[in-house]
Amino acid sequence: MADRKIMVRVDHLKKSFGKLEVIKDMSVEILEGEVVVLLGPSGSGKSTFLRCLNQLETVSGGEILIDGQKITERHVDINKVRENIGMVFQHFNLFQNKNVLQNVMLAPVQLKVMDKQAAEQKAYDLLNRVGLADKADAYPSQLSGGQKQRVAIARALAMNPDIMLFDEPTSALDPEMVGEVLAVMKELAAEGMTMVVVTHEIGFAREVADRILFMDGGYLVEEGTPDEILNHPKEARTIDFLNKVL
Amino acid sequence: MLSILKSYGIMLIAAMGKTIELCLISLCFAMVIGLIFALCNVAKTRWLNVIGTVYVDAVRGVPLIVLAYFIYFGVPAGVQAAGFANFRLSALQAGVIALSMNCGAYMAEIIRAGIESVDKGQMEAARSLGLTYGMGMRHIVLPQAIKTMIPSIINQFIITLKDTSILSIIGFPELTNVGKTIMGNTFKSLETWAIVGVMYLIVIVSLSKASKRLERRLNVGR
Repeated sequence: MADRKIMVRVDHLKKSFGKLEVIKDMSVEILEGEVVVLLGPSGSGKSTFLRCLNQLETVSGGEILIDGQKITERHVDINKVRENIGMVFQHFNLFQNKNVLQNVMLAPVQLKVMDKQAAEQKAYDLLNRVGLADKADAYPSQLSGGQKQRVAIARALAMNPDIMLFDEPTSALDPEMVGEVLAVMKELAAEGMTMVVVTHEIGFAREVADRILFMDGGYLVEEGTPDEILNHPKEARTIDFLNKVL
Repeated sequence: MLSILKSYGIMLIAAMGKTIELCLISLCFAMVIGLIFALCNVAKTRWLNVIGTVYVDAVRGVPLIVLAYFIYFGVPAGVQAAGFANFRLSALQAGVIALSMNCGAYMAEIIRAGIESVDKGQMEAARSLGLTYGMGMRHIVLPQAIKTMIPSIINQFIITLKDTSILSIIGFPELTNVGKTIMGNTFKSLETWAIVGVMYLIVIVSLSKASKRLERRLNVGR
């Protein structure tokens, strides 16, 4: 563990929306290949924390380093940074005006990291991997929720990111579709992808996470292995939360 | 009625052609103006918002007829006073400028509403992949916005077509102006204005019918 490089370093992060302080003080380090799950009651700042990591939200204080690069400074080319950070959203956010193949190919082609042919090949490989190669010509509106989310994962992977962020990827899904998305995520974790996952799927956290961060009220309350957090929580707020969800 | 059609028919048709020409040229410019100011208005930069708001409010706050007088008479007078004695604007040029500016302000609002109707997650997803704001607009947001905008754009097209009649006051030979000439020659006001009215009606009704069909076609498949 000690010789793995630090992929994400968050140092005294603060984030406010107007007067509302959503993240009060967060410091975390995430190692390469680590799967970190963020747990916590709604409104605790989990999603905001995740969105700060790729600067979809600008921070109000503190700093974030991705692979050693300080990304919270003004002169940083944030688009370049984001190419290395894939994100999967609760509501999928597939491009409605593009078919599945175009959704996956768009960024690599537009950002000229691959030519069209290579991008198409890569897109088919990724769609195969998430089991949706036969849907390449379909439009997002023709897919089920689970299929949409698997396409969204393929789209994020098309840029060959070093880090994947998941913002409640299964919260908008019908129960019978949760499994297919979690299966893809498990596979990704097994391949050594660095993952930061906001989820309410305790089972996923228990099985896949290397570390669980428990957040409440804009603070990191407790962190540890799934066994430490889920079976032997120390903090009252963690115990209280787990009593409600387990 | 028949005698008017017989002696002035060709003139009326030519005037209708001029009317449509003026309208189409203005509309093209208005789309560009509208897009520019709509993008100003949805931008996250404060001074761009101010530019967009000032333009839309200023142009919408002035009657088209006043705008037309200002551009046809006022602007050349000002430019001549500034030392360019030969500066002139033709009625067509002034008409196109006035109509484009006017229509552009309304178009800016239509396009802004269209952009805002697209789910914010679409742009966020684009940005999360490393695409720039401009790429997200061009490839993702605007193509989706256009669909919701089409009925309003066609409505604006019809309004602009009718607004061309206002430019008869600066002497542009569009349909209403030619109607005035015919009335002056024949003194048959009832027939003349009935004919002119029906001509507008035919063009506008066929336009809105065509737009309904276009709308239906665009809704197929999505």
